[in-house]
Amino acid sequence: MRTLVVGGAALLVELDSADEVAALHAELLRRRDSGELGPVRDVVPAARTVLLDGVRDPAALGARIARWEVPPLAAAQGPQVTVPVRYDGPDLVEVARLWGVAPREVAGVVGAIEFRVAFCGFAPGFGYLTGLPERFHLPRRETPRTAVPAGSLALAGEYAGVYPRPSPGGWQLIGSTDAVLWDPRREPAALFAPGVRVRFTQEGGGRG
Amino acid sequence: MAEGLLVVRPGALTTVQDGGRPGYAHLGVPRSGALDTAAYALANRLVGNAPGAAALETTLDGVGLRALAATTVAVTGAPCPVRISGRPVAWGAPVRLPAGAELEVGRAESGVRAYVAVRGGLAAPPVLGSRSTDLLSGLGPPVLSDGALLPVGLPGPDPVPGADACGLPGPPSQLLLPLRLGPRADWFTEASLTGLWRSAFRVSASSNRIGLRAEAGSALVRARAGELPSEGMVLGAVQVPPDGLPVVFLADHPVTGGYPVVGVVPPGPALDAAAQARPGVPLRFVRAR
Repeated sequence: MRTLVVGGAALLVELDSADEVAALHAELLRRRDSGELGPVRDVVPAARTVLLDGVRDPAALGARIARWEVPPLAAAQGPQVTVPVRYDGPDLVEVARLWGVAPREVAGVVGAIEFRVAFCGFAPGFGYLTGLPERFHLPRRETPRTAVPAGSLALAGEYAGVYPRPSPGGWQLIGSTDAVLWDPRREPAALFAPGVRVRFTQEGGGRG
Repeated sequence: MAEGLLVVRPGALTTVQDGGRPGYAHLGVPRSGALDTAAYALANRLVGNAPGAAALETTLDGVGLRALAATTVAVTGAPCPVRISGRPVAWGAPVRLPAGAELEVGRAESGVRAYVAVRGGLAAPPVLGSRSTDLLSGLGPPVLSDGALLPVGLPGPDPVPGADACGLPGPPSQLLLPLRLGPRADWFTEASLTGLWRSAFRVSASSNRIGLRAEAGSALVRARAGELPSEGMVLGAVQVPPDGLPVVFLADHPVTGGYPVVGVVPPGPALDAAAQARPGVPLRFVRAR
């Protein structure tokens, strides 16, 4: 763990793995909710870091956090959502080929995985979901699409994600969902907030 | 007569802004909010609004509005001619806008962004507690368009103050941005970091509410290869893309980014000045304590 001061009011904590990020993020939320952390406006997990923004003394906070014993994240920790998916994406056949499975088997591969929202970004409600075993990691498309429909289930690198609204994108599209990923009138607004566990089930199929 | 303001000339880019929606970065939501925070706050004070009331932020060429009911307005930020139904009125002071009258906020004489506050505040529906238009993610009210109706809220109990001269600094003829190095200054060579303090940049025409882009100065040079995994970004972060020219993140900045941040400009007067710096204005970074 390395702590880096960011300007006068923020601290970046750098970790070695996505699992360590998830564990520290959970620990930060626990300590914030119990009042041990002190005032902080934003806790922003990312790929290998957690940013704490809106803090009073970043250097002192960094020194404190560096002394913490952060327990590893328990597998069943965090709220869970289930997202029904139609496996009808334009890249489904290509993804199946890269994985060495039949196209109809992609749903089974994805359905067997418990994903976790590692962090958000790109657009409100877009979550970067980790959990994809390394042999299923995928390259981005060589040519990004100018328009990806809302609700597209997509894969790239070590991540899975669902586009909350139409946007350009270079990820491989394997399916689609009617789930509402982002609704600012809803509490919480984002279906995929950091720490949420996600299962994709096959719509109409009754199983993943 | 209905309350509100009718847009008769939307201007180049006019948005509704308030204090923004900080605290949702973990969901991918930018903070947004008025770029020149002092000018925005002053505009609200001049019409007796509470500090967080929503106002208009114009870009370079102002805005034209018709009042559907009598109200009081104030224009601050970039100095510009202000007319009510063709007659010149005070800039930087509360002015009475009769029902049916037209407020014309003209082209900025210097600076970029003017703030138009109306007594009672703009009453666009809030999203996550803010009425700010967020250009990056499309949250909040739409950018002003011809014929749009801007609802106005009920006036609060605060009185409209007398028309004193206002004490805001004028828009800068050169921009000096204090920079506190880190968190990724070590991604750049010592020599190019030393050069950063001597480099004479210019504000690029591609600057916007997301970031103030620097051009023409000496580029920062990477001391290491490889890519930085995406990490959280703060207001005022100075991100350095592969071309080596700094981008200062303003209110609509993305919440995470994958280019190293060489340092951070503290929010406050320096970023307010950045919001008013026109393309071509000389830009230097100075070492912050």
